[in-house]
This record gives sequence, structure tokens and C-alpha cells, in this order.
Amino acid sequence: MSRTLTIKDIPREERFAPGHRMCQGCGAAILMRHITKAMPKDAIIVQATGCVEVTTTLYPETSWMHPWLHIAFENAAAGASGVEAALKVLKRKGVLPPEKDVRVVAIGGDGGTFDIGIQALSGLLERGHDVLYIVYDNEAYMNTGIQRSGATPFGAWTTTTPVGRVWHGEWRNKKDIIGIALAHRVPYVATINPAYIPDLYMKINKAMEIKGPKLIHAYSPCVPGWRYEPALTVTVARMAVQTGIWINYEVENNTLNVTTPVPKRKPVREYLRLHGRFRHLTDEEIEKIQEFVDKQVAYVNKLAGKEVIGPVEK
Amino acid sequence: MSAKLPSWKEVPVGAVILEPGSTRRYKTHEWRTLRPVIKQDKCIRCRICWMYCPDSAILELDKPYVTAASRKYEVTYDVDYDYCKGCGICAQECPVKAIDMVLEVR
Amino acid sequence: MGKVVPLSGNTAVAYAVKSADVDVISAYPITPQTTIVEKLAEFIANGELDAEMIHVESEHSALSAAVGASAAGARVYTASSSQGIALMYEIMFISSSLRLPIVMTIAARALSAPINIWNDHSDFMAVSDTGWVMMMAENNQEAHDDVIIAYRIAEDPEVLLPVVTALDGYFMTHTIEPITVVEREEALDYIPKKRTWYSLDPARPITMGALGDPQWYFEFKRQQYEAMKKSREAFNTSVEEFSRRFGRRYDAVELYGDDNPDILIVAMGHVVGNLRAYLDRVRGRGVKAGVLKVKLYRPFPEDLILKHLQGVEMIGVIDRALVPGSTSAGPLYGDIVTTLAKHGFEARAVSFITGLGGRPVTHSHIETVLSKLVDLKGKPVRELPKEPLFIGVRE
Repeated sequence: MSRTLTIKDIPREERFAPGHRMCQGCGAAILMRHITKAMPKDAIIVQATGCVEVTTTLYPETSWMHPWLHIAFENAAAGASGVEAALKVLKRKGVLPPEKDVRVVAIGGDGGTFDIGIQALSGLLERGHDVLYIVYDNEAYMNTGIQRSGATPFGAWTTTTPVGRVWHGEWRNKKDIIGIALAHRVPYVATINPAYIPDLYMKINKAMEIKGPKLIHAYSPCVPGWRYEPALTVTVARMAVQTGIWINYEVENNTLNVTTPVPKRKPVREYLRLHGRFRHLTDEEIEKIQEFVDKQVAYVNKLAGKEVIGPVEK
Repeated sequence: MSAKLPSWKEVPVGAVILEPGSTRRYKTHEWRTLRPVIKQDKCIRCRICWMYCPDSAILELDKPYVTAASRKYEVTYDVDYDYCKGCGICAQECPVKAIDMVLEVR
Repeated sequence: MGKVVPLSGNTAVAYAVKSADVDVISAYPITPQTTIVEKLAEFIANGELDAEMIHVESEHSALSAAVGASAAGARVYTASSSQGIALMYEIMFISSSLRLPIVMTIAARALSAPINIWNDHSDFMAVSDTGWVMMMAENNQEAHDDVIIAYRIAEDPEVLLPVVTALDGYFMTHTIEPITVVEREEALDYIPKKRTWYSLDPARPITMGALGDPQWYFEFKRQQYEAMKKSREAFNTSVEEFSRRFGRRYDAVELYGDDNPDILIVAMGHVVGNLRAYLDRVRGRGVKAGVLKVKLYRPFPEDLILKHLQGVEMIGVIDRALVPGSTSAGPLYGDIVTTLAKHGFEARAVSFITGLGGRPVTHSHIETVLSKLVDLKGKPVRELPKEPLFIGVRE
């Protein structure tokens, strides 16, 4: 799986049916469409409650073409642990064919992963289940109406971090979910972004080949929650990478590899101005975000051992 | 409701959905206010619109096409107007501006 | 027939789980349940049971992982108590609605606060509306047998519901009794491993846990109600077949004492044993009294309750749980009164709350209950106490 994939390598066959009720231009819909294409056809999905779950399984119809299970909000990781354990023992006992390696994928949003599901996630990672956990991160509780989560970035307007005379949007930084996963010494973590689809395939493919717990953190633009025009989903996602707000990388065997190098970065202002949720930010606040991103870039470059993400273009 | 819905005696145990991919029965075209129109002569078959569509509504068809400039392609990209919600990502991302978003008229 | 061995209640339960050849055990430690899972871990560690043990990080995850494993087609088991049961509450509804045949043992214990690790029925009663079939044992043999019977009911294609088998914390979990163990071969002949429920199969990809909007939700709840009703019949056939094979007879309710008693005390769990012993002591002293043991709590066995209680002059219901503010502060009392009333009988019943937080229910407490019932015997229903009588609390 070392060959670089291109857009031409994406399989034509759809594994995630249209007719779902995800919003116009939904970033998570692009992600799900390609995640399901990249996964083996016989993999099992366990999904947390969230926008993707409610919009794809409105009885009596489902968008999913894989065996799929939803239990509740906070327990996709626990449910996936149970599925994986069952497959293991049923194979051992000869109930399932031993040669068949059915992969297990858990999917949750940022609320179901960073916040209410963090305990179950930690349990899954620590116990070493052979599960790929994918968190699609739209940086707030979008399903319930754009409430702030532990993944909401500094400065963002949400319905529970509104902009008023006293408050000026979210005042805390986003939780480091990758750092949390890495602290569990898992064999593979990666980030993906819907503007960089071949990169997504390479990472899902790789994760599917690695035994043990894996975490993939997916950047998931949200039209109503971030307040931008539906046509701009990919533009926003690409700009996140071009400004260093988001970095596409993977960590395998303690080695960090940036998969989308950015020789010249754009200033974060270019990213922020695309979103209605950042419209209120002052120059000072934007400068603070720029400093935060600069630090993050420096940290990743240090781990990568070279300057893969360059300085801000003046 | 026109079709008669099943009684509690007829629904499957535990609310399972037995037919994979069955949201295909639900057409989302009514969400659309703008409709994408692909200019086949301008399209370079780069696959980008197909790749970025959140609704799998760009179809990649093995349908040969010869452009006005006599360029021959083996595939054609068509919009699946049953599912297209009219988000406009395809037109936005098209590198040669081969997709127009036009006002939907019903 | 299995051998007789001295086992604690928890160990007896673990032996039954082993004989049921469960595939996945997912549990989190809590007193007084812990030794069930410890024993199971030992079985797996020694190669006596081939199962996956998921060392989950909470009871919420214990039941969630059990749901995942059951959905993947495994025979699964979990056990908990008290706060653990409270933490599982959310997933208890989901597992019964997903119609997954999970078996869980509750080592019954009080709920905080004050934190109290001792026995009563607070946890058991708190989850009696979650759609699980629920049984409670009187002794360790029964606790052992219940696990085997539970899988038969749970996996019955007409039922497909999760089942709780309960035993009293400490009074049973940690006391040793001689147990006839149901051996693996005979257990698996009684509960053959057949996948009777929908499961996650790549050959037939289904969606489990979909969203049911107002147009659909109601039908599934109605269907679930029917499954619970059918579990009543499944219980009957299961205990009958159990008795035929293993010689031990159980019923949803069981009468002990005089055949036509004037006074009946209704109770659950190990206290029934105390009541039996007490009635044996006072037999022939002029009081025609009996004890009615309720083993099957959900579905509530109205038929048998009615059969035994109609015409009884005075009924006392012992509850070891308390629901402040409810019309029936004793939950079992509420079920009894409702059963009588809805079938057109006078509810000549008095509620007794006793033995909360591990306080033993002694013969002197039982004597108080009985003498109170004797005093009230001739009174019209409207003059019977409308609030529970608290027995054994310091006034």
C-alpha cells in the first residue's frame, strides 16, 4: 500500500446510498461516501448518535450498505469493542469462518468522541481492540443545534458560546484528540480532510491493514454550523490545510509523516473570513489564533524532523 | 399518507432495516433551488465534481462522447437530478468552469 | 445429573454462565457482584471456558459492549449491582428495544446516597420498567438455575428480550450452599446455541438501531410489548422443561404454608426463606398464614397472583425498596394492588417496607408484620393503612 493513490484510483461503485438527509453541501457526507468506499465491503460499522446517524437511518430506509449498528451517543467505542470481541471468539469457536477477517469501524462525531464518548474511546484504545475509530469533527454539537463542544476552536460562535457584550465566542482552545490517542500508544493515528480525498483512501487502506486500535480524525465542514455557503465546503476544507489550521498527517510507529506538505502557508485570516462563525473576531483575536497555529505548525514540523509546513506567506 | 404502512405485527423485530442502501428510494431533488448543468464540450473528465459530491449525484457513465472540438472521451459525467440537492460544490470545484448553476424551475 | 458442590451464590452463578458456554463477558467491578466475574475470569484463564472477556471501563460500556457482541451474534453475559445498574439504565432500554437476548445478573444492592454496598432491592426495582424480563432467586441453587433458564427465554424466537436474573447481595452472593451444578453438555442440550436474532452479518448487511420517527416508533413499542407478553409463556415452558430435565421445579410465583391461608405475605428474594422458616415455627398456633414468593417480576405474573390472592382476607406485601412520593411507595405492593383492582377484587393489602440498605429482616420483624396483619384482618379496605408501614427502622 505504498503506491500513491490519485483521483483515478477511487472506486466507482458507491457504498453509501444517496437519499440521505444530510444538509446541502455537507462535509461529513463527502467523508462517509469515501470512507465506505475505502473500507472493505464486509466490514462492520458501529456508529454513535449524531447528525450522520440520524440523517442516514430514518426508518424504514438506510443509506448504509455495510452491516451497521447504532446504540447510543457515548458508546460507539464500547459497542465496537463488543462487536470485535464477538467476531474474535466466534471465529475461534468455528461459528464464523476462521479465514475471514471482518474489520470493525466505529464512527462518531466530535461530541460523541471528544466529550461524552471519551471514556469509552479511551477504553477501546487501551484494551487494544482491532478497531478503526473515525471521528468526524465539525467542531460543535451540530445535530442538536450548534452547541459548543470540546472540539470547538477558539473564537468560534456557537449557540452556547454566543457573541455578546461580555462573551465573544468560544474562549478555550480545541481539545487535542490526537494527543489523547497517542498517549494510548496506538499503532496508527491520522488526520483526513474532505478536500484531500486520495489521501483519505491511503489512510483508511493503511488503517485497515494494521491490527489493533486506530484513530482517524476527520475534518468535517458544517454548512449551517460554520455559516458559509454550501458550495464552499471543499474550499473551506482546503483553506484549513493551506493555512495550517488543519494538518494532514499520520503517526505510525511513533513517526509523524505530513501527507499534505504546505511549503507556503496562507494567513489564518483567509480561513476565518470564510466562516460566519468567526465574523465577530477582532484583529487581536485573529492574531492570537495565528500565534496558536504557528505554534502548532512548529510542533508538527519538529516531530516530522523537517519544515514540511512552511512559513506564512506575507 | 397514500401507501398503507405495516402494522406492528408486520414490522421486523427490533426495528432493523433489512434492505441496504434503501434511502435511494427517497429522492432529495426537492431541496434544490439551483441545478447544476454540465457543459459536456467543456468538461475535461477530471472526476473532481464526481469525487466531491456529498450526494453521489454526479454519475460517471461509460458513455462515449465526442466534443465539438473532436475530442473523444470514453466516459461522461451526468447529474443525477433525483438526488442532487443543488449545493453547488461541483460547480465551485470544477477547474474549467464546465458546470453552471442555473435556477431550478418546477 | 451434575455433582453437588458447596458454592457461594456468585460462584454458583458463574458456574451456570460457564455451562451456558457464553461467548462474550463484558463487565465492570462492583460490590457485591465482583466475584461472579472473578470466577469467570478464572475459568477463562484456566481454559475451562472459551470466551472473550472485555474489561470495560464502566458499566455503561459493559452493557454497550454486550449489545455490540450480541448484535454480532454472540451469546453474551454481564453482571452488575447498584450504581452500576443505575449507570446502565440508558442502555437497558436500548438493549430490550433492539431485542437482543443478553443475560445479566443483578447482585441486588441499595442505591446511594448514603453510599451503601449492602443488600436491598433498590437497583432491581429501579430498572423494572426497562423492558427486560426479570427474575429473582430465593436461594443459590435457584440463582444458578435461573441463568440457564434465562438464556432459554431470552433466545426464544417468540421472545428475543434481555433477561435479568437477580440474587440478593451478600445474603446470597457471599453465602455458601450446596449446589447441584448443571453441567455444560446438559445445559447446551437445554439451551442449544442457535442464532435466533438479527445480527451483523456481512453476507446480509442490515442496519440496527435506526431512527424511528412518529410514524414508526409506536409500532415497535407495541411489538415489544407483545414480546414481553410472550415471554410469560416462554417462562412457563422453560421452567417446565427444566424441571423435566433437572428435577427442580420453579414457577413464576410459589405459595408456601397453609393451602387456604387467611393471611398471605408476598415477598421476593432470600427473605422468602426467612418467612418460610418463621411460618414453620408458628404453624398450628391458630393463624392460617402463608407466604407467596414472587420469582418472575417482569412480566408480572398476574394470573398466578390472582389465583393465590383472591379471597385472601389479609395480604401483606414486603418491599425492600422505597419509591418516595409514589402511590405505591413499595413497588411490589403497587403491582399487587393493581393486579387485584384491575381484576375487580378488593385490594386487602398492606405495604411493609423493610430491610433497606442491608438491614436484616429478622423473625422479630416478620412477627411484627404478621401481628399487624392479624390486627387488620376484619377491617374494611378503606380503613387499611394507606401509607407503607416501615418495619425495623428506628422511630
